[in-house]
Amino acid sequence: MEKKKVIDMKGIKKRFYIGTPNELEVLKGIDIEVYEGEFVAIVGASGSGKSTLMNIIGSLDRPTEGTYFLDDVNITEAKDHQLSAIRNQKIGFVFQTYNLIAKTNALKNVEMPMLYGKVNGKQRVERAKELLTIVGMEDRLKHLPEELSGGQKQRVAIARAMANNPAIILADEPTGALDSETGRMVMDLFHKLHKEQGKTIILITHSPELAEETERIITIKDGLITGERKGSGKQC
Amino acid sequence: MLIYENIRLALFSLKANKMRALLTMLGIIIGIASVIAIMTVGNSITAYVSDTMSSMGASNITVGLQQKREEEETTREGMSFGGPGRMKTATEDDYFTKEMVENYCETYADSITAISVQENVGSGQITENQLYANISLSGVSLGYFLANDLNLIEGRFFTEKETNDGKMVAIVSDKVVNNMYDGNEEKALGSIFQANINEKYYSCTIVGIYEYEESAMGFSSSSEQDITTEVYVPLKAAQSANHSSGYSQFTVVTKTGVDPDSFAESTESYFNAYYRKNNNFAPSAYSMSSMVESMTEMLSTITLAISIIAGIALLVGGIGVMNIMLVSITERTREIGTRKALGAPNSSIRLQFIVESIVICIIGGIIGIILGIIMGSVAANLMDAPATPSISSILISLTFSMFIGVFFGYHPANKAAKMDPIEALRYE
Ligand SMILES: Nc1ncnc2c1ncn2[C@@H]1O[C@H](COP(=O)(O)OP(=O)(O)O)[C@@H](O)[C@H]1O
Ligand SMILES: [Mg+2]
Repeated sequence: MEKKKVIDMKGIKKRFYIGTPNELEVLKGIDIEVYEGEFVAIVGASGSGKSTLMNIIGSLDRPTEGTYFLDDVNITEAKDHQLSAIRNQKIGFVFQTYNLIAKTNALKNVEMPMLYGKVNGKQRVERAKELLTIVGMEDRLKHLPEELSGGQKQRVAIARAMANNPAIILADEPTGALDSETGRMVMDLFHKLHKEQGKTIILITHSPELAEETERIITIKDGLITGERKGSGKQC
Repeated sequence: MLIYENIRLALFSLKANKMRALLTMLGIIIGIASVIAIMTVGNSITAYVSDTMSSMGASNITVGLQQKREEEETTREGMSFGGPGRMKTATEDDYFTKEMVENYCETYADSITAISVQENVGSGQITENQLYANISLSGVSLGYFLANDLNLIEGRFFTEKETNDGKMVAIVSDKVVNNMYDGNEEKALGSIFQANINEKYYSCTIVGIYEYEESAMGFSSSSEQDITTEVYVPLKAAQSANHSSGYSQFTVVTKTGVDPDSFAESTESYFNAYYRKNNNFAPSAYSMSSMVESMTEMLSTITLAISIIAGIALLVGGIGVMNIMLVSITERTREIGTRKALGAPNSSIRLQFIVESIVICIIGGIIGIILGIIMGSVAANLMDAPATPSISSILISLTFSMFIGVFFGYHPANKAAKMDPIEALRYE
């Protein structure tokens, strides 16, 4: 059975400062296809355009040129409020800097995407507790972000990314701010979500070892894809 | 549901920055408090004015004594000796004499219905066995009953003979009858009571009973039993009790068709003739209507002045709220970016910050209303008036606070809503 295409990008270009002398072409024509349930790593030097690409995949940003279908929806033609709904329902972001909402406890942070998704209160709490249990944070429900360690914050952020059961999880250097041991724990969590829940995961990382654990590794250099190869797909 | 979450969120961020929130609210608090305070006091004064108006009658003229302005020479002297405004008290020698008033009545017989004079003896108690009633004993001329519209429910007013002889006959309130005679009016009429006033005893025979009316100003905390009511005796009786003969003040009830203002002027110039030689005092006559007018005028001037101040305070307060909201969204740029990444539509972000701004303003408004009622009540108490905070002014204030919140919160909220999610997430 052929797997469904979740991401279908062709000729994506992104330019900043358009029409100024500083005009900068960060993405120079990217084609990517990602299938349901894949675990993909994107690697490349700093400044090569990985985050810019990730933001476009996550429909946080629009490409300057090219076509992009996410789950068969034409993102390039969608309106702002449609993009909000797509981010809410189909995408789960995990950031390097966690980006938990300050002074808001773990449970409320995980509930937040469901709040915007208009899930009712009781269901929200139930689902948030369930997710925090999956990431091993069930005993920290009422803790504020400032009371959690980096690894714990990232686990809450991953639970939050899963809140509306999105088609894809996008993680931009999720272990970048963590020591290798905690980074390992976070990586194990991605493996778990991939295996047990069949999630499609795209991971940007600087660590070659972590990239090697995914199923497919895409290398970006100066805004172009320069290489693509299979990874082991094995958790070490 | 989202509104509730937003209110919770707003309260949360206020709690996190209590001092800042309070300072931000200050303008709103001051503005609303002054409006509520002036409304509260204004209501009391309006009640007082209309009460005075109806009980004294707009066509009445009050004649009294006023301290003369000192001659220029003495003023200079006065200045060098410790400031102007040395108060003098009018004495028996300065008072209007019975003859003056009688002559005045004869001269203007066409314009005058009655002269009302009141001479207070003092406050005290009627006691008998275990029973007591608090009273204030006053001698009055017959015109007093006319000028004050006293409602006699039993008995009669004083006879001419009683008036001329200064007999100790009394008209008491129904409260006294309730307290002393078990409410039995038949029994009360003709009874003799002992009143103890300033360690002196007066015995009077009751000839009439009037209905006590709680005036709008009679906001007393005392119980039914302890209310102090007036006991009226003939003027002459009170004067002999006080060993006095003149009048420091009296009220003229004018005939219908007489213009009170111009008649007040004529009255003043009439009595002026008697006071040329008096170095200290001069007569002054005011019509009730002109007093009410000047009072109302003063009140509306004060109200206007305070409203302008309040308006400025609210404007400054609103700008303060806008400023703090702009600071707040700048501080929370990354939060806004994150919320957008999690799928918050622009409208939710806008709503979140408008609600926050409204919550700041409404809390400020509530604090202002409470402070305003306290200030107004204290001021009203000082003026011996009942404090009547108006529900409508409270509701208007709350609505207005909300409006300020929306008006001054909209721009910052909109700015937050329109932030580019990427820019917001990249914000350092
Ligand atoms: N919103 C933006 N505005 C202007 N320049 C940007 C923006 N986002 C990225 N860039 C530029 O694009 C280049 C690539 O950035 P980025 O995609 O973050 O690289 P990476 O994630 O691979 O390190 C950088 O030179 C960066 O300065
Ligand atoms: Mg990056």
